[in-house]
Order: sequence, then structure tokens, then C-alpha cells
Amino acid sequence: MELNDIIKAQLMDAHDLERTLNRMARQIVEMFDLDESKAASFALIGMQTRGVYLAARIRKIISEVDRVDVPMGILDATMYRDDFRMRLKQPVVRETRIDFDIDDRDIVLVDDVLFTGRTTRAGLDALTDLGRPASVHFLVLIDRGLRELPIKADFVGRKVPTLPGEEVRVRLHEMDDKEGVWLVGRSPSPTN
Amino acid sequence: MEPTENQIQTGLDHRHLLGLSDYSSREISLILETARRFRDVLDRPIKRVPTLRGITVVNLFFESSTRTRISFELAEKRLSADTVNFSASGSSVSKGESLKDTAQNIEAMKIDMVVIRHQSPGAPNFLTQCVDAVVINAGDGAHEHPTQALLDMLTISDRFGKLEGLNVSIIGDILHSRVARSNIHGLLAMGANVTICGPKPLLPVHLDRMASSKGDLRITHKLNEALEGCDVAMALRIQMERQGQSLFPSIREYHDQFGIRMEHLHAHKDLIVMHPGPVNRGVELASDVVDHERALILNQVTNGVAVRMAVLYLLSGQIASE
Repeated sequence: MELNDIIKAQLMDAHDLERTLNRMARQIVEMFDLDESKAASFALIGMQTRGVYLAARIRKIISEVDRVDVPMGILDATMYRDDFRMRLKQPVVRETRIDFDIDDRDIVLVDDVLFTGRTTRAGLDALTDLGRPASVHFLVLIDRGLRELPIKADFVGRKVPTLPGEEVRVRLHEMDDKEGVWLVGRSPSPTN
Repeated sequence: MEPTENQIQTGLDHRHLLGLSDYSSREISLILETARRFRDVLDRPIKRVPTLRGITVVNLFFESSTRTRISFELAEKRLSADTVNFSASGSSVSKGESLKDTAQNIEAMKIDMVVIRHQSPGAPNFLTQCVDAVVINAGDGAHEHPTQALLDMLTISDRFGKLEGLNVSIIGDILHSRVARSNIHGLLAMGANVTICGPKPLLPVHLDRMASSKGDLRITHKLNEALEGCDVAMALRIQMERQGQSLFPSIREYHDQFGIRMEHLHAHKDLIVMHPGPVNRGVELASDVVDHERALILNQVTNGVAVRMAVLYLLSGQIASE
């Protein structure tokens, strides 16, 4: 968790997370009728940073269960954000690495939390500059509501109604010291 | 090398880029890492991102420049900023307007960032006192040329995967070189060892003043000593236009004593050669050295656009903070 977080509830533990990812992997395989022949017209793209690890896990599940290796890319949408004038420090630009042509592919964009929809909008713009996919679908682990743009997810791990002051923390063992999803409140000042 | 969480949360500590003398190794690393991400954009079919949309940048060039000006303009355009160009010739400066008046007039036009090249050291610093805009130094007299040093460091760290512990020799007119000064500050801060080499009248007297941070700084008047154990030889441009002042006997003698020739590349099998350009072929570098695969001069040019995009991006976060 971060410095001023006050934990309100644990939404998922490691086991829930694994089960949810397995279910979403099944939904993807079913929707795109994935087999070896389809792997060339399909791709998973993980959004920096935790979306990358989620996409990698889904890719691994599809590879183990269905024996299909689907291509996977990494997308960073920082350069396409619209909150530029509102911040004091610029967010770090991370790597975008997509080693295949995205033209005419069915893409599943993967992110951890869907909130206002602004990051997703930035991601879609970033993808558009890289090529013209046949379709783009969107997968999120947690949909916390409170949208500010007309964006929806096609694959949702769990819908959690939240309040504006709350945050959803997804923690993955690849980059964090624990695994799971928590709903937290923010304490008003760092001294509290 | 991924930026650490620490870098993510703090960004740059400075509001302007006037020089590298007070930039920390953390800030320099952040700029270089960010530049690598922007360089990826330059390899795409659409080489433009909307990052600086709505930001207006003015390029104030009081001194003639081709590649630095084009490099900055390109970086601004790739980031979708609005740009205004201003050069001293054919402008109000030739009508006798002062720097302060020029700056305040430009400010009145609602400019967010100013890129300035000026013949007087300290002009960018002076500018920060009379305008609210973020100021980027594109070369001020013999003081600093920070974006050139940053692109040099990016080029070196691409090649070696690090800067710490490398031996870099800077050869030529150190005294009048803002490129040398910025590189010395930056490289020493990053932990590289710097050797400066050139004819005696072209080496600074007060060297110890600049010796800071992690790396070691040494001085020599012999090219062979500078190249011994050296990883990177950075040749500086001899200002042919300044040769009226005759700081060394002749161009030919300079080339004989300090010019890097094929025999040096043969003797030092891993030596990398760099030059900030434009090169005087047959003076600082022999013509066949310029075209050699171990000369990274064109990599430097490519990296220049990426580094300037990174600097514009990172400093643009400081526009609102006043």
C-alpha cells in the first residue's frame, strides 16, 4: 500500500485473482475461437505497468491450457495523457514494445483498474498511432465505476462500486511485496 | 535500466535547464531514460505524439546555429507543441532592442517555454529573472550547452551500457567550449573519469573549481596520453572563424598534434570517437576517421532530437509551478 492508505476492504486475495484471470482467459479463447491458426491475427497488449503483468499471466494460461502461444505487446500511454496542465511533475515515460504489426489483428488491451476511462482513451490513441487493428477489446481486473468518458470494458474481473475519495490498489507479486486487491481510503494529511 | 520508484515520484528538481553543473546524477539518469522512450517514437511510422499539445515554445536564437536549432524545432514538433522561431538577424535585436525587452515582449505573447542560444554566458539565467516561462539553455557563450552534453552521454551509455567508470577524453579548445564544460560537469556527476587535452593556451587555468562528484578529472597536453586507456575520445570543433587570434601556430600543426587519425584507431582497438559537429575534416578528425564505424557522430545527431524531447517533456511539468 502507499503511505497514507487506510485499508477499507480486501477485494481479492491471491487465489481469487488466479481464478478470475483463468475465467477471463477462458472468455478470450471462446470469443476469438483461439487456436494455432488464429494466433497470427490476435494479440494481447498490456498497459504499463500492472496491465503488463496481467497480460503476461493471461498469455501463460492460454499457452498452458490451450497450447496456443499468442503474441503480447507492452503499451505506455503517458505521452497521450490529457492531464498535462494539472500536474506539477511529469509522470515517467515507460517503454512501449510491440514487436509485431498490429494492423488487422484483434487486440485485447489489458489494464488493472478501469476508473474515469481517461487512461483507456490515451491507450486507444496510442494504439491508433501504431496501426489499424481489426478490433480492440478491453479487459480490466477491476471496474470501479465513476466514468468520465463513454468507455466500457469487454472483459471485467470484478465490478466494484466506489466513492470518488477511494482508491483501488492492485498488487502483483511480479513488482509488489504482496498479491491481491484492496479498497483503500486516503487520509487527508501525511501526518495523520 | 528501469527508472526507480524514487525517480517516478520526484521528477526533475529544477524548473529550468541552464546547465549541468547543478544537475544531480539522478536527474541526468531520468533525462537519459526518458530520452530512450522518446527515441522509440522516432522509429515509428507516425513520429509524433500529442504530449505537449497546447504548449507554446519560442526558440530565441541570438547566435547562428543550424543543427541545434533544427534539432530543437524537430523535438518540439514531434511533441505537438506550438513553436515560434526568432533569430537575431533581421529582427528587432538588429534594431537595438535589449534582451530584457525582447524577452518581456515575447512573454506578453503568452509563451510557456523559451529555448535560448546567446553569445553571452549567463543570458539564459538572466532570462529566468525577467520572464515566468521555463528556460532551456541551447548554448550561452563559453558557459554551457547542456543538451549537447546530455546527447553525448546518451550516445556513450548506449554503446557501453553505463557511464560510471568509463574514461572519456575531451580534446581541443576546452577554454572556449561550452560543450566541454557541460560534458565535464555531467560526466563527472555520472561517475565517468574525464581527461582534457589540448594546446596549453586552450586549456582552462582554474580546473580544480570544476572537479566535483564521483569521477576523476585530469589534464594533459599530449594526445597519446589522452588516448591511453581511453574509452571515448570527444574531439571539439576548432573555431576556424576565431583563428585571427592565433591561439596555436597553424591548422596543420594542430592536426599533427591533436587531430585523431587512422593510426590512433588502429592502436586503440576499442576507442570510440565523437564530435559535436560540424566537423572540420582533416583538422580535429582525419577524414577517414569521420567515416569510420567507430565514429558515432550521426548517432549523436539522432540522440539530440530524443534528448531534447525528454528535456521539453520533463520541464513542461514545471510550467504550472510558480
